[in-house]
Amino acid sequence: MSRVPPAGGEAPILEVEGVCVRLGGREILRDVGFRVGAGEFTGLIGSNGAGKTTLFRVILGLQSATAGRVLIAGHPRSRRNPLIGYVPQKFLLDPDAPLRARDLVGLGLDAHRLGFPLPSAKRTALIEEMLDAVDARAFADARVGNLSGGEQQRVLIGHALISRPRLLLLDEPLANLDLASGHEIVALLSRISREQQIAVLISAHEMNPLLPVMDRIVYMAAGRAASGTTEEVVRAEVLSDLYGHPVEVLHVHGRVLVVAGAHGDPGVANGALGAIEIVS
Amino acid sequence: MSHFLSPVFAPGFFQSSLVQIAVVIGALAAVVSAVVGVFTVLRGQSFAGHAFGDIEATGGSGAYLVGIGPLLGFLIAAVIGAVAMEAIGIQRVRGRDLATGIVLGAALGLAALFLYLETTASSTTGATISVLFGSLFAVSSSTIPLVILLSAVAVTIIAVLFRPLLLSSISPELAAARGIPVRLIGALYLLSLAVAAALAAITIGAILSTALLIGPAATALRLTRSPGRAMLSAGLLGVAATWIGIVLAYDSFLWPPVKQGWPVSFFVVTLVLVFYLLAGLPAAVRARAARTDQRARATASGLAG
Repeated sequence: MSRVPPAGGEAPILEVEGVCVRLGGREILRDVGFRVGAGEFTGLIGSNGAGKTTLFRVILGLQSATAGRVLIAGHPRSRRNPLIGYVPQKFLLDPDAPLRARDLVGLGLDAHRLGFPLPSAKRTALIEEMLDAVDARAFADARVGNLSGGEQQRVLIGHALISRPRLLLLDEPLANLDLASGHEIVALLSRISREQQIAVLISAHEMNPLLPVMDRIVYMAAGRAASGTTEEVVRAEVLSDLYGHPVEVLHVHGRVLVVAGAHGDPGVANGALGAIEIVS
Repeated sequence: MSHFLSPVFAPGFFQSSLVQIAVVIGALAAVVSAVVGVFTVLRGQSFAGHAFGDIEATGGSGAYLVGIGPLLGFLIAAVIGAVAMEAIGIQRVRGRDLATGIVLGAALGLAALFLYLETTASSTTGATISVLFGSLFAVSSSTIPLVILLSAVAVTIIAVLFRPLLLSSISPELAAARGIPVRLIGALYLLSLAVAAALAAITIGAILSTALLIGPAATALRLTRSPGRAMLSAGLLGVAATWIGIVLAYDSFLWPPVKQGWPVSFFVVTLVLVFYLLAGLPAAVRARAARTDQRARATASGLAG
């Protein structure tokens, strides 16, 4: 079901080791550790408040860890790391804002440089190529603020990919999409990851849309994480330990449901279905 | 030629040195306002632009009282305002609307005191009108070098920072993730906004300065899709509003009721509004057509059902 990660002694593109983050007396992340190999597709799964966004901020260097470390391709990460591309969760742009899809993709190439972007055939060609790669050609000249959620995601992925990173971080890209657009985005990411050997770390509160494409899963709950293949991680023992109370893993029509046990703490559940509560 | 154009340009227009000064200063202020204003609108900071107007009223009136040029007064006040906004955090300034409102109110109160003292000392109301609503024909030619210098500074800041500023304006999160120093970029942008506001204030007055800053930029956003073109069209619209305003104000010396000329700022601000409304017309027509279409279809399907 999952792809075999590329063999060889190459250093993992991302290593997170024993990361703890404490903010205002609250422990947001507790001893989080996992690795993402080159070209691997990894799902970071957890409900709201599990610490996914904070973990991304630590990986991006926007939040310092109280303990632990993050290595990018075997090296401590630097402030501006060209190896990482990022697609944020929150992206609100006024429909009036004078920014076309191609402008945003172009900014991915050289936003850190000073001055105006000088028109060059090479720059235009790179932008066109990327617009094609993320299937955004049809709305390349539309204002970004006027695009649908799925279209905006494509443009943002193009923005992140055009500088040729080796790791792509996406914060809840499926959160505000309908099912069909979500499937398209997942298929697109899977294709790009495979074709260009780019590792993908994608956060989501629902694992099912990602099951067909995930090589590995990092499951987070209450600031802690368990990682491995889905077979290794999505099991009652592992997740019960993570949640700190009994949960069950049900397989229903090819979907995986994690539900709180009979005496579970409803505080970790994010949806109730009669007596059982689905936590993912 | 001048005879042919005389219905548009009143006699003496092209010979007047006051007009020449006004044309130069007005154009520079309009261009700087446009270049900076596009980002002001993009960043959703037109509130900051308006706050500068209030603060500058204090600076401009204080300048009259101590006898320095009004532009210097506007500039000093605006830069102090920019530093204060940056220290408090511009987004928080916006969020704390009560405290901000009281502080800006107090600034205008101070302006009222300065202008009162100035007016009673010199027994004219010239300072009040100049500071609050502008008097472009009364600007001294000795101001021009400072106007050119300030314009160059503001435009250079925006031109040099264009790309990182654009990304930080669209998404601070995305910019920060790329290692762009978002806070520093924001502070430098605020400085150029302060300069633009001071130039707009000398042209159309402190209270009205936001109109030149925001109006052409907001109009340009309705007309164009790319940031570069938005700046270009905002600049053209701003210069057009200012120059047409100057012509009309000059012509209005021959108009009733007083034959003393109407204020340039009145014409500029009105033209800015007219441009803005005209630019919204195509979209409004389209929306109306779509609504009518929808209603027609609903009626048709209702009949069919």
